[in-house]
Amino acid sequence: MSGPDASPDPALDPAVVSDSGVEPSDGDASRLTQRIVGAITGADVRLTVLALVAALVVGALFLVLSDTRTLDAVTSGAGLGAVLQAAARSVSRAYSALLQGSLGSPGAISETLVAATVLILTGLAVTIPLRAGLFNIGGEGQVIAGGLAGGYVGFAVEGLPLAVHLPLAIVAALLGGAVIGWIPGVLKARTGAHEVISTIMLNNTLNFVAIWLLTTTLFQIPGRADPISRDILDTARLPRPFTGLRVDVGIILALLVAIVVLWLLDRSTIGFELNAVGANPSAATAAGMAVGTATMRAMTFAGVAGGLAGGALILGVQGRITPGFSAGLGFDGITVALLGRGTVGGTVAAGLLLGALKAGGRAMQARSGTSLDLVVVIQALIIVFIAAPGLVRAIFRVRTEPTSTTSISQGWGA
Amino acid sequence: MRLELKGVTKRFPGVVANDAIDLTVEAGEVHGLLGENGAGKSTLMNILYGLYRADEGQVLIDGQQVHFSDPGDAIAAGIGMVHQHFMLVPVFTVAENILLGKEPIDRFRRFDRRAAHEEVERLAETFGLPVDPSAVVEDLPVGLQQRVEILKALSRDARLLILDEPTAVLTPQEADGLFASIRGFQAAGRSVIFISHKLREHRDIADRITVLRRGRAVGTVDATAAEPQELAQLMVGRPVDLVVDRSPARPSEPVLTVEGLEVLAADGQRLVDSVDLTVHRGEILAIAGVEGNGQTPLVEAITGLLPIGGGRVLLGEEDLTGRSRKEILRSGVGHIPEDRTMHGLVGSFSVADNLVLNLWDDERFAARRTRRFDEVRSHARRVVKDFDVRTPSIATPASSLSGGNQQKVIVAREFDRPIRVLVAAQPTRGVDVGSIEYIHRQLVAKRDAGVGVLLVSSELDEVIALADRVAVMFRGRLIGPFPTPVAKEALGLMMAGVPAEEAMRGLAA
Amino acid sequence: MSTQVVSAGAARRRERRFALFTLLLGAAVPLLFLRGATGGIATFVLNDARGERFLLPDLVIPVDLTLVLLSAAIVAVGVLQLVRPVGRRAPLAVGAAGGLFVVAVLVWATTGASVSLVALLRGALFASVPIAFGAMAGVLSERAGVINIAIEGQFLAGAFTAAVVASVLGSAWFGLLGGIAAGALIGVMLAGLTIRFQADQIVSGVVLIVLATGVTSFLTSQLLASNTAWNSPVRFIAAPLPLLSDLPLIGSIVFRQTFLVYLMIVMVIVLQFALFRTRWGLRLRSVGEHPAAADTVGIDVLRTRYRAVVLGGMLAGIGGSWFTLEAASQFSKEMTGGRGFIALAAMLVGRYSPVGAMSAALLFGFADSLATTLQRLPVPLPSTLLRATPYVITLLVVAGLVGRLRVPAADGKPYVKQ
Repeated sequence: MSGPDASPDPALDPAVVSDSGVEPSDGDASRLTQRIVGAITGADVRLTVLALVAALVVGALFLVLSDTRTLDAVTSGAGLGAVLQAAARSVSRAYSALLQGSLGSPGAISETLVAATVLILTGLAVTIPLRAGLFNIGGEGQVIAGGLAGGYVGFAVEGLPLAVHLPLAIVAALLGGAVIGWIPGVLKARTGAHEVISTIMLNNTLNFVAIWLLTTTLFQIPGRADPISRDILDTARLPRPFTGLRVDVGIILALLVAIVVLWLLDRSTIGFELNAVGANPSAATAAGMAVGTATMRAMTFAGVAGGLAGGALILGVQGRITPGFSAGLGFDGITVALLGRGTVGGTVAAGLLLGALKAGGRAMQARSGTSLDLVVVIQALIIVFIAAPGLVRAIFRVRTEPTSTTSISQGWGA
Repeated sequence: MRLELKGVTKRFPGVVANDAIDLTVEAGEVHGLLGENGAGKSTLMNILYGLYRADEGQVLIDGQQVHFSDPGDAIAAGIGMVHQHFMLVPVFTVAENILLGKEPIDRFRRFDRRAAHEEVERLAETFGLPVDPSAVVEDLPVGLQQRVEILKALSRDARLLILDEPTAVLTPQEADGLFASIRGFQAAGRSVIFISHKLREHRDIADRITVLRRGRAVGTVDATAAEPQELAQLMVGRPVDLVVDRSPARPSEPVLTVEGLEVLAADGQRLVDSVDLTVHRGEILAIAGVEGNGQTPLVEAITGLLPIGGGRVLLGEEDLTGRSRKEILRSGVGHIPEDRTMHGLVGSFSVADNLVLNLWDDERFAARRTRRFDEVRSHARRVVKDFDVRTPSIATPASSLSGGNQQKVIVAREFDRPIRVLVAAQPTRGVDVGSIEYIHRQLVAKRDAGVGVLLVSSELDEVIALADRVAVMFRGRLIGPFPTPVAKEALGLMMAGVPAEEAMRGLAA
Repeated sequence: MSTQVVSAGAARRRERRFALFTLLLGAAVPLLFLRGATGGIATFVLNDARGERFLLPDLVIPVDLTLVLLSAAIVAVGVLQLVRPVGRRAPLAVGAAGGLFVVAVLVWATTGASVSLVALLRGALFASVPIAFGAMAGVLSERAGVINIAIEGQFLAGAFTAAVVASVLGSAWFGLLGGIAAGALIGVMLAGLTIRFQADQIVSGVVLIVLATGVTSFLTSQLLASNTAWNSPVRFIAAPLPLLSDLPLIGSIVFRQTFLVYLMIVMVIVLQFALFRTRWGLRLRSVGEHPAAADTVGIDVLRTRYRAVVLGGMLAGIGGSWFTLEAASQFSKEMTGGRGFIALAAMLVGRYSPVGAMSAALLFGFADSLATTLQRLPVPLPSTLLRATPYVITLLVVAGLVGRLRVPAADGKPYVKQ
């Protein structure tokens, strides 16, 4: 897009607007509430909700098209009514299992919170760099690093009380993630290597490193051949406040981190730099800010959040490191961050929502036999609709102010 | 070609860009279109060229109504346009650029390079505008690039040529060459629409001048009969004072000293070539020159945006060479960057945040790494009032202010903090007349308050109106400075590379 | 537009760093590999033993002497860099040194053993197929101004569809068509999101990867798991070319390959010609460099971009088909393992040209093939770690290169017409 100088287009030049007496209208009450909500979430809530609805509808379509009972109804030549009935039944069975499994019981809510813990943290790992104009696809690698580091301290260091051991393991996880986050940051700052490629390469590399480490005596259970680590000691496990429920204090940790990130991004001078660098790196440079430093910081902070996610997972529900424990978590984080529109509050909300979807998805797989991968499909559909608000507007024919999409593509060069 | 526009109206959300405009261009006429930035000139021409669709009104060519849905239609109807920002692909050759869209191909659907070169050479000869067809456009000087752009239009058999601010990037002498070409087309019966916001050029080249103001055509006058004062008044809608009121400068000790400054491009080329200059407290030193002669790298090197390749920069006695941008700004150098949307503002940030953009972690506005929002807000409220920034609120995003008010935000930010030197690059570019006057007055006030001002401008009128001493930059070297007044024509010659003595002498003769 | 400006000496310092790195590499060879290998020999087999007409003798070399020579050669390159500034060719020199270093590793690993050079290089060519097709997809789309990061998704969709179609219809050819169609479908979606709805191009690409991953995984567990007949594709078999395959060495490496390898070579040549010599290519590039200029001369920017992205999707679909029609015997979840991103890197390394992209793809293919070869040798290196080699190489290459790349000027920017 060109600047005002390039296109002396009056539409872009509000001088003409104000000078010709067209005041920006204050709008009626509904627009006011929308603006308040928008100010909180940074987006038009209506579009977000519609994106969710659209994703669930298209997800149902996938479900129906791959549902053997429905397909049987089609091939057996039953009438349209029967086909539709079969389709409706399988959709309602799957979706009600999804709802039941996420909110239907204390156990379900506990599972939702367990999933949300990791999602909030990986979401923050994407949100922080997003503010600085960086796209972190390296969540998975950062989770792995955090899990490995935190886990190692969790089972290898013995004889410490919980009050020392657990924080130590958490700090190790944090540092492990920070290092893996810092690498693409420093590469970008020093050489201009695009973070999208370097983070993905780190994901793949760390996957192999993890599998390798799990077969070494450093991690492996003595006398076993399969790549599984020793169990985390009880003194490094995140305590579970409710007996019989898997939810642990990891969710508190995640919310505390969110509060710190909220301060960081919206209140601190460092956050001001990150936001400025993300919005206009040239102007940030001209104001005396160091773009490279901001880039490194943003990626390192992201690594911290990702590392904590790995730590929360291994020191929490998992209790030991298994190969592929991190699969897909990085992309989950992207969904959460985009759904949260790059705000901290939004990320937390989106983390809880997607946590429900995940927990419910597992219940759905168990109860109705629908593959958990449907959740991934729905998740992808959600971000399709979020990334292209125009698409949602076109489908639902809603008229809203054009929301600014998160724009980060600037080619590969700079 | 005879062109008529009748009642052409174009609305953008919340604004009428063109309001029932009538305009007639006779065959063989050079018709001037005069107006401020944002007056609707470019919108009108984009409608004529098929880039925008008009909401109302008609376009008639030789009495026949026409509808253009894209530039292809306009080109087919014989309309050619030379855009202000050239529509040339920098990495393509001259021939590829001129013939893009109507490329000669051989049996294998290959781009036929030989046929293309012949075609370009034939065109160049026909119109007396020589170019090298195999040169890559980005390697050509701007004047030649413009020539390519003109040939591109002519190669499509344009009978009406629209020239959008064609002189903005040319030296006065190059502009004279362009004018000669324009008269050539005119003699061949072609019509020209000449867009500019410079009065003088219209009087030099146009037969008739139509003035646009805020989307309306406010009058068409005969160029020979028009008085500059009258035209200016038509353009801005009230009597204007082109002269800045100021008392003589009282310069004292040097505050900014630049010695042997060099800036090197990656390929080793000297963008700035051993420049020496001294700015004293209480004076305005202006640097004139055609854009692209090293002014931008000079300013950016002094203010710490570009690494210095050689030489040094002193603020008073303090050596700034090699300091970071932040250190330079905080040690008392103010900078009004030439590209305000790129370097000056973060458009999505509020006016308040932009007003502390380069003081964000100063102890006034932050404590223990936490920003003090109360201070930022009260500062913004005061500054907005002091500097007459017209904004709905201090929380408004800077991008939704007018160009003039955006510039005032930058000026306010730099003027409200303690500075000893102000480096102002193109401070009034793309700004309405009211804001220009305001910014000029502020610059003079700052000078009178004892700040040394280094003004870089490609607008000669601005240089002449403000400078206490004036220098010219040409191909990375600095000519001068000379005490004012210096004749405008002499400056123009120096901008074209004529040695200073010769330029002054040539004028005397 | 700010010109790239350097401070004096920065370039020279960079060169000196490169030279130092080269010297370190040269010193590393004897330090790492020369301990006690005295008298060892390495055997490199140059034949395929598949009835070639001409048989070459095995290459038997003394390990320690070769290592010393290689080390000397690397040091020589480093010294050359120090004494005579090589300027812009500095990365080339480092690349040459790196290549020699890799040869040293191979020789060392082969001590007392035997490695088929033919199999190694043929494997490299074979492994480069998806990467080259993916990179060409990227070249096409980015030359037209649309960033295509969705190659990985196009691979998955292509691999899945090719497997199912080739299974159900019992023909690899139909499988290939299915793969192409699936790649094109993702291309259409990418084009729709980025061109029609002007969504952020990188986000759209990532989204489509997640979507393709989700959908193929979902359908795999939902349909293929219980229906193995749908996931046993008829595959392309090796098809030696008559006459050419009889050439010594080259014949065994290049002309005893599968269909997609030959198709890759043809497509690279065709696309290189089409992009840089034809009217079509000129227009496509103009749209990626300066869409407004193209628009004003009557070139339909959006349609050109649409077509480029979809055509790219088809190429990536071919690359995806490789996974199930040539490399593996069936589709499995997330089987593409990040090769789509390696393709992206190959596109950057190849500087947005098909020939360059294929050269880079060959480099990655070689890394892949080398890792496989080393795994079989008695080397004290963990094989899992070796499998990370291509990713680490990509990381290093991208870090060393991207800043000095000429990207199509309008890449990543939506074109908005009033």
